[in-house]
Amino acid sequence: MTAETPPDSVRSTGARVGRRQLAFGIVLLTPALVLLGALVAYPVFFTIGRSLFDRSGNHYIGLDNYRTMLDRSSTRTAIGNNIVWVVVAPALVTAVGLVLAVLIEKIRFGTAFKVMIFMPLAISFLAAGVIFRFVYEQNPNRGLANAVATAISGLWDHSGEYPGARPSSDQLQASGSAFVGTKAVPTGMTALIGMVGLRPAAVPSRATAAAQPAAAGDAIAGTVWLDVGSGAGGTRGAIDDGERGLPGVEVQALDGSGHVQATATSANDGRFVLDHLDPASSYRLRLTASNFDKKWAGWLWLGETEVTPIGPAVVTISVIIAYLWIWAGFAMVVIAAGLAAIPREVQEAARVDGGTELQVFAKVTVPLLWPVLLVVVTTLVINVLKIFDLVLVIPQGSAQDRADVIALELWRVSFGGARDQGLGSALGVLLFVLVVPFMVWNIRRFRIEQR
Amino acid sequence: MIHHHTRRRLVGTLAVIPLAVLAACGSDSNSASSSATVAPAASTPIASGGTTNSTGDTTIASTGSGTGSTMATASSTATSAGTAGTGTSSSGSIALPDLSGQTVNVLAKWSGQEQASFQKVLDAFHDLTGATVNYTSGGDNIATVLGTAISGGSPPDVAILPQPGLLVDLAGQASLKPVDDTVGALVDANYAPVWRDLGSVDGTLYGVWFKAANKSTVWYRPDLFDQAGVKVPQDWEAFLAAAQQISDSGITPIAVGGADGWTLTDWFENVYLRTAGADMYDKLATHQIPWTDPSVITAMDRLVQVWGNTQLLSGGTAVASQANFTDSVTRTFSHDDQAAIVYEGDFVEGVITGNTDFTPGDNADFFAFPSIDGSDPAVMGGGDVAVMLKDDPAAIALMQYLATPGSAEIWAADGGFTSPNKNVDTSIYSDDVVRRSAEQLVDASTFRFDMSDLQPAAFGATEGQGMWGLFQQLLAHPDQEQQIAADLEAAAKQAYAG
Repeated sequence: MTAETPPDSVRSTGARVGRRQLAFGIVLLTPALVLLGALVAYPVFFTIGRSLFDRSGNHYIGLDNYRTMLDRSSTRTAIGNNIVWVVVAPALVTAVGLVLAVLIEKIRFGTAFKVMIFMPLAISFLAAGVIFRFVYEQNPNRGLANAVATAISGLWDHSGEYPGARPSSDQLQASGSAFVGTKAVPTGMTALIGMVGLRPAAVPSRATAAAQPAAAGDAIAGTVWLDVGSGAGGTRGAIDDGERGLPGVEVQALDGSGHVQATATSANDGRFVLDHLDPASSYRLRLTASNFDKKWAGWLWLGETEVTPIGPAVVTISVIIAYLWIWAGFAMVVIAAGLAAIPREVQEAARVDGGTELQVFAKVTVPLLWPVLLVVVTTLVINVLKIFDLVLVIPQGSAQDRADVIALELWRVSFGGARDQGLGSALGVLLFVLVVPFMVWNIRRFRIEQR
Repeated sequence: MIHHHTRRRLVGTLAVIPLAVLAACGSDSNSASSSATVAPAASTPIASGGTTNSTGDTTIASTGSGTGSTMATASSTATSAGTAGTGTSSSGSIALPDLSGQTVNVLAKWSGQEQASFQKVLDAFHDLTGATVNYTSGGDNIATVLGTAISGGSPPDVAILPQPGLLVDLAGQASLKPVDDTVGALVDANYAPVWRDLGSVDGTLYGVWFKAANKSTVWYRPDLFDQAGVKVPQDWEAFLAAAQQISDSGITPIAVGGADGWTLTDWFENVYLRTAGADMYDKLATHQIPWTDPSVITAMDRLVQVWGNTQLLSGGTAVASQANFTDSVTRTFSHDDQAAIVYEGDFVEGVITGNTDFTPGDNADFFAFPSIDGSDPAVMGGGDVAVMLKDDPAAIALMQYLATPGSAEIWAADGGFTSPNKNVDTSIYSDDVVRRSAEQLVDASTFRFDMSDLQPAAFGATEGQGMWGLFQQLLAHPDQEQQIAADLEAAAKQAYAG
């Protein structure tokens, strides 16, 4: 209240004050004017001026910086991402805040929950960014998000016994996770299938020394073994001393049209026998995918694939989720305060008239809260337009290029390697121009409300 | 319905909360300063030699022969006013004047442990001359810090710059003072000619290279090499074969930190220096040949043999693109054996010691970047160059001091440091790994400075742009060499024009 008193009194008495009082008023205003001038007006005009000069600051180049700015693909990426931010983040945060506020109002110990949800706002954005960088780590052993995702998927997703293994010879080619022979093997012959790409420690303890297959008339016999002994390599494609068989590998014989004619599983010494085959035919061998399937390793949270054909990239969405984590508490607290100010009678009346909770929420509570919701959204829009820290900290490298926003681009151009503060100032002016409409709108609405 | 007062107060609070929150974030101050606190009178001899005689003059002499040199006491014949050499010119010995009461301000990027080590170097200078040395750390934003200091009219006496490009920029703006012949003679006596060229602009010497980095070191896990039965490779074919064999043993071997674009340009520069040779390297570095030159594609072909091979690239493209430099090192030197080889400069050692429980020289080691098609041993590297922004006796004396082996040996004994000074006694280095890397650096028949540091910063050192950004593209799309070469050329053209 006190903050609003001086302008009121100045306005109401201003017409009648004498010169001395006017001078006194100016004296009182001076500190504020000086501060505003030095910290706001001067930098704004300096930035606009600086944007008309080149990198060194010595040569006037007119609007060249603005042309360069709009030509750069990184600026366009940044503008596109800013649009996504402005459209998605404030609405999402306000919606979540609204739901939380309404729900928490109805439960016991609501304040405790409020404190908890509000707490992220007390953490510096930089620190919150670092936290989320870890959360989004791709390796499920380190990244919380993927640890949860893979723990859930692990309930039904099982890996094969030999993920990552591959044949040592190119006579078997990958086909999905499976490997299929390039040449058919006549019945009665033997097949040596050496495998590599598997750590010796990953061989099951039941494995024994690999044995030579024994040929049979109506069968294809073979051995699947780890073609790298411990220590030195030995000869590729031959069973050397110390090399172990791979037990439990499923092998299939495919006829000319690709149908499975026999299936066998290798023994502890790696030997298998595909029998009951036509002695006159030959068959291609397949090591089935079930042997080599890898467990799903989680999402690439900071990946650059586009969510929709026109963007944004996954990484932008992930950063917005981190933003939600921080700001949901703010929206919730403000909306809860608004909620407390709503007269209960209206809600009660709606309930007495037979409205369901959902109807009361949608038709009574939300419309009454509308002014507060607007304040939250516009505050967040301005805040989101200049989003910087989270995008700087969470994505790294090329993912950061993909998640770039205007404020970050401004910083990278001005203080990154190129240190082009002319171009950086132009970006600053662009950001300023984008923020102004929301500011004007916010201030006007604020004025209307005061009247 | 809503009470007027409640609402107003609510809106008032709203306006305050976000402002307070926003004001609290984004402060990023990483400059710190300290000053020498040793009393001027306490001119005790420092560990590696150097004494004060009765007139207050101190002489450092370096013999420049045999196994290198140490600071040695010489009978001082210099007059107290002189800053000139004592006459044993080729050996690079100097007499430092008595500078009691004078102050010299030094700005460099080093902070933390590096700052502590450099402070020892400066303390020794103080002990030798009596001058007070104020050190300020500019952190990674040293270019901005220095630029602001120059615009503000109060530059430091001596600054140590991390890139030759910055030296060229500042010399072009006449912000630097050329160093005199006494320093020039020391540089000639103590450094390979390439360092004089790198410290000069249009033939005028401005800089003394104090610290260097050998960026032709490939770090590996000896235990995993043994397990897969491979030996340290000498050439590229053997390197690929060794990597393949490790891959066969179940470990996808090569970790790449592609989130930091500079690790990728360093890869390229090493390969290009070997496939195209030093002359072509110089031409490409100064954009005398375009990036669409066939030699660039040839080098890219070699790179793609690693970057485009999922059997060799640890974690595949996705992980390699998102791992930064530190990640790539910790990935290699971790007990879950996620990789066995990581390429980067000698500073990898610091990450191994600081971020992993592996020990360089024991279960972590390096080999020289392999030769390609019989190329001669070549080292690509970087460094920090001392320049003078004020022409006063104390600054000149400090530049002389930094050009002598003695000053470098103080830090060398502390670790985390490689000197480009060929007369530094390599037995002083704190461990064997650093010593080998330093010896490869000063003994290399060909040394070339990191190419991206020689480019205009907009092309060679900007996140997501130019070389950094486009080699990240190559890592992500190994099949688009031609397109990326064309993009590189377009970006280079623009940077050289602006």
